[in-house]
Parts: sequence; structure tokens; C-alpha cells
Amino acid sequence: MGVGIEVRNLNAWYGANHTLQDINLHIPANQATALIGPSGCGKSTFVRCLNRMHETNPIAKVTGSVRIGEIDIYSDASPVEIRRRIGMVFQRPNPFPTMSIYDNVASGLRLNGFRNRRVLDEVVERSLIHAALWDEVKGDLKKKSGASLSGGQQQRLCIARALAVDPEVLLMDEPASALDPVSTSKIEDLIFQLKAQYTIVIVTHNMQQAARVAERTGFFLNGKLVEFDSTHKIFTNPGDKRTEDYITGRFG
Amino acid sequence: MTVPPADKPSEARTWLTSRGNSSLSDRAFRWLMLLCALSIFGIVALIATSLVQGSKLTLGLFGWKFFLSSGWDPINGNFGALPFIYGTLVTSAVSLVIAVPLAVGVAIFITEMCPKMLRGPLAFLTELLAAIPSVVYGLWGVFVLVPLLRQYVNPALMKTLGWTGLFQGPNLGIGMFAAGVILAIMILPIISSLTREVMIAVPYTQREAVLALGATRWEMIRMGVLRNARIGIVGSVILGLGRALGETMAVTMVIGNSAASISKSLLAPGYSMASVIANEFSEATSDTHTSALIEIGLALFIITILVNALARLLVWAVTRGAPPRVA
Repeated sequence: MGVGIEVRNLNAWYGANHTLQDINLHIPANQATALIGPSGCGKSTFVRCLNRMHETNPIAKVTGSVRIGEIDIYSDASPVEIRRRIGMVFQRPNPFPTMSIYDNVASGLRLNGFRNRRVLDEVVERSLIHAALWDEVKGDLKKKSGASLSGGQQQRLCIARALAVDPEVLLMDEPASALDPVSTSKIEDLIFQLKAQYTIVIVTHNMQQAARVAERTGFFLNGKLVEFDSTHKIFTNPGDKRTEDYITGRFG
Repeated sequence: MTVPPADKPSEARTWLTSRGNSSLSDRAFRWLMLLCALSIFGIVALIATSLVQGSKLTLGLFGWKFFLSSGWDPINGNFGALPFIYGTLVTSAVSLVIAVPLAVGVAIFITEMCPKMLRGPLAFLTELLAAIPSVVYGLWGVFVLVPLLRQYVNPALMKTLGWTGLFQGPNLGIGMFAAGVILAIMILPIISSLTREVMIAVPYTQREAVLALGATRWEMIRMGVLRNARIGIVGSVILGLGRALGETMAVTMVIGNSAASISKSLLAPGYSMASVIANEFSEATSDTHTSALIEIGLALFIITILVNALARLLVWAVTRGAPPRVA
């Protein structure tokens, strides 16, 4: 089951660039939350702060607190422990090219020393079913490499890989921006089904996508969270002039 | 702004039209490049034929037994190349055992761990090792490495690994082990700098993918970097091996130059194919002796080709089914 996320006074920097300024918000459990905003507004940095990927860049810095479930991820645990509980799907599909489809999905568990073949088989099958890829690949799980799939299939493979470790939160950083419309709609259907079991945070620059999949939407602009409310409210009756300008296409 | 109508073709258009179809120069270029490519085959074929020509005498006298027997007696005209082949293969193997882990370690440190400031100087220093002439390595080997091995390293190896039979017998310092160590230092830069290059070429998104699964730094390097770079690493090891097989000067100075016996112990003096050619070519007075030396050259040539072919086969077997490069 998913857990909620409580963000308090989050600030982030890239070098001297103050990319996130005093972010406060609550992301509810078992819902999809969309983050929208123009390029460079800080929305990607924000999700990368939720699993401490931001700090893998040597010039990056973070302050503030992020509580995921019962754990403050910046003071109670190491980044490695945190990332074992939080799945992430990136903008460009990044399957492991030297591994088979099966090994790609099993990689998270194998990495952590899990060796039980019977359970691995089950997990791989279940994750691929959840990622809506099972029917397309079940014949050559161990024969084909992860890189031999199409772009959309690769992204679903990456989703299956993230789901295999049974995360409490699934972060998606523009998961469909490099995909064609058919693949995009498959990913969106998937998000719709997955949020019953996982808390999903999805960054997108596609506003229709946010409107379709998310219960709540946050609008970022220049490193600040301008507005955070139910998706319906944001798209029909935004409280801030800047949000309205953005969603009506006056800039961005 | 409106563009004024043109009453005559522009200068650029006139120039481009006047150039004709350019097919002649393009064809000439193609033939020239083909010639360059063919010259490689020509050179290899020339070397091979002259080696065979030069060694005709001993090829006829000893046949296959030349490569499998170990007597080397120029005075009585008896020649067998086995000790030299053995020495070359053993010293190269020793050098790989030492150099490969070290070189990969250096490359990992430089690409993944070392602070940015240190990265340039460290990479430069490893590459500087490749610029040292091999005779200087030889001198250093004779005056520094060999005494060091004799006094500290060899006794320790004899005590701990003596039971394997690889480190036994009189501890002279010079010998196949010393030659292997020197070779290891000499091939370290090429393996480590090429390994570094292929590791840098692995996209950052691969590292992120592993990190996001909850990997430690070592796990990230193993799964996200080394796994993707393994083909390139094997390639760099092959290049290093190629250098080790053919290295002459430094090996000659520390290997002991003795073809008396084929010893299992690495501490025993040995002889390498390249060394014997270098040492004896100027004093080879009889035709058989010269021919025998050229035949050793032929053998070295063939072994190098075989090693490369084997390595390529290995790379092919490993990569079958997987795409050759990371997207």
C-alpha cells in the first residue's frame, strides 16, 4: 500500500542556482499527484528530492524535511534505504541493455541479494502484468534484451522494474514525454490502475495528461509552488492568476 | 520586410551551377581510400610471406617439432622454440593477472569516485606511464624492482603460495615473475585509459536507473557501469595483451634469458620469443640459426593473431543477442 508524503520548507540548489524555494505540500496516499509547470520551474528537481536523487549531483544541495510515511528521509535513513522504498521512472526509458527482459525486472531484487527463483518468477510475471507488458513479452522473457523493445515498451519495462521491488511511492519524471501517442495513452491507463496500490507523483508538461490521471495537481513556477489543489479546481477555477495564464496557454 | 525580386541569378547560384556533377573527383576519392585500405592487407601479406620465406630452412628441417621441442643449441644446429613460446605466454599471463584488476580499479576511481580536481592529473599520470621508453623500464627493473622482489616480495610469495609450485626454487630476483611485473606496469596505462573511456561513455541515465533501485555505490558501478562497459574493457585488455606479447627490451633485461629448462616456478629465469630474437640476431652466423630466429618471429606473429582472434570470438560470444552499444 502507498503512503502519504509530507514536505516541509524544502529548498534545493544546483550550485548557486536556488531551484526550489520553500516548498510545503502534502501528497496523499494512494492517489496520483501531478506536477506541472514550464521548463526549468523546478518540478523535476522536486521529485528528485523525494528519493534523494537530487543529491547525486555533486553541486546539488537540499534543506528542509520530507516525511514519507513515518520516515523523515533526510534525517532517519540513508539514501540507499530510501530508494529501496521509492520507485522511480525517468523521462527517457533506461532499461539495462545488457540484461534480458526478465533480468531487467528482477534487477532491483537481485541487487539486494534476493535469490529465491520461484518468488522471482512470480514477481517478474506480476510486475510485467501490472505494467501492461506481459502479453507482449511473455514469449521471450529471457531471450530478448531490454534494449530490443520499442520505446513505449521500454518505458513500461522500466515501470515493471520499479514495481518489482514493491515500492510505497512511485515517482515518474515526465514518463511519457519521449513516447508516441499510443504508448502515452497506455502509460496513462497504467497510472490510473496503479494508483489503487501506490502513491504516484508524476511530473508532466502535458496538462491534459495531468487532468486525465491525477486527483491533485501542483503548479510550479520559477522554483516556487504557486498553487496546489484538486486537479478539478486547478483546471476549472485556479486561485492564482499565474496558474490561470499557464493552463490557458498564455505562457510556458 | 519584403525580398526584392531577383533580375539575375545570385553569385552563389552561378558558382554552384558552374561546378558540374563532381562525379570524377568523387570516384577518384573512392579509389584512393580503397587503396589505403588494401595497403593494410598488402603489408600483412608481405610480412607473412617474408617470415615464411626466411624460415624455410628450419621449417623444412624440424617441421612442427620446432614449436614443441626445447633444445636450443646453435653450435650443434639443434633448435626448438618451446621455452621461448612458454616464456612469452607465461610472462604475458602474469602481467594480465596483475594489471587488469589494478587498471580497472584505477579507472573506477578516476571516473566514479575521485574529486574533479584530482581527475585530470591522475589520468595524465597514468598515461605518462605509457610514454616511458621500455629500456628505461628495463633499467628500473634491474636496479630497483629485481632487488625489491628478491628481498621482500619473493620470500613472502614463497612462504604463502609456495604450495602451488608457482613460487619455488632459488630466489634470484630476475626471472619470469619479474618480467611479468614489469610488463604489468607497462600495459597498465593502456588498459586503464581505454577502460576509463568506455566507462565515461556509459550514459548517466544507466547509473541513475541503478541508484533509483536502491543501489550502493559499488552496486551502481558493478551493474550500471562495468556491466555496460564490459565489451570495451575486454577490448582494452586485448590491446594490453598485444603489447605484452611483443615487448622486447624491458623483458630481456629482467627475465634471465635462459632457455635451459621449462620451469613451473615463476621465479625461475626464462626466455621470451622477442628477447631471443633481439639477443641472438646479430650473432647468428649459420643459416639455420638465422632461419630459426625468423621462424620464432613467425610463431610470435601467429600467436598474436590467434590471441586477437580468440579474444574477438570471446567478445562475440558474450555480446551475442545484446546490442553492441548502450543507447
